[in-house]
Amino acid sequence: MAFVQELFAAVLLVLGALLLLIAAIGVVRMPDVFLRMSAVSKASSLGASLMLFAVAVALPDLSAAVRAVAAILFLFLTAPVASHLIGRAAYRRGVPRWRGMVVDDFAAYEQQRVRSISLPGAHQAEELGAQPGGWSGVQPPKESDSLSLS
Amino acid sequence: MIAPLVLWLVMPLLAVSIALAFVRLARGPSLPDRVVALDLLSTIGVGLIAAYVVFTGEVAYLDVALLVTLIAFLGTVALASYLEWR
Repeated sequence: MAFVQELFAAVLLVLGALLLLIAAIGVVRMPDVFLRMSAVSKASSLGASLMLFAVAVALPDLSAAVRAVAAILFLFLTAPVASHLIGRAAYRRGVPRWRGMVVDDFAAYEQQRVRSISLPGAHQAEELGAQPGGWSGVQPPKESDSLSLS
Repeated sequence: MIAPLVLWLVMPLLAVSIALAFVRLARGPSLPDRVVALDLLSTIGVGLIAAYVVFTGEVAYLDVALLVTLIAFLGTVALASYLEWR
């Protein structure tokens, strides 16, 4: 039983270290901030979680296992949030993109957001009887779009 | 069986990963690249602490791993909001 436990822990440790190495290679080799981030956020969180799970398997201590599982849960909760924030900040700063990038679903949303910022008081003007869409073809933003800021 | 494996295979793999992340941290053309590399460095640190716990059986380092995860998340969020609003 102890042998099986140790073997399982060894396999988990080596797999986790290899995934962290893959994440590091990806962060060096990928051509773009977003591709680098996609390599890092998935592979590195899974690698570190596998190594912490190896701790929970290898040690006979229950409190160590509980702490390792808590660390895994925290890692899985925080890694997507952190990479989402970095990606949004990088997009809004306009960092250079890889020229093979073909799909940009965020661009329409960003355009709408910029319009809703650059036209303050559009709602009040519409309530006072102005023509909607009378500012050189720019539609006033809907309520739901301007609320989703920050 | 597991101690020499950690010493001769897992630790060198993590050391190479740290060196590669430092390459991106030094070279990164833009600031978000460096933030991504810092995030990866802290995650590799968590893995290193986990390997060391398996190597020595010292349970107290797991609290350090938990804290490193927390502080890396806070630092990444702070840097991202700084990048966005400056």
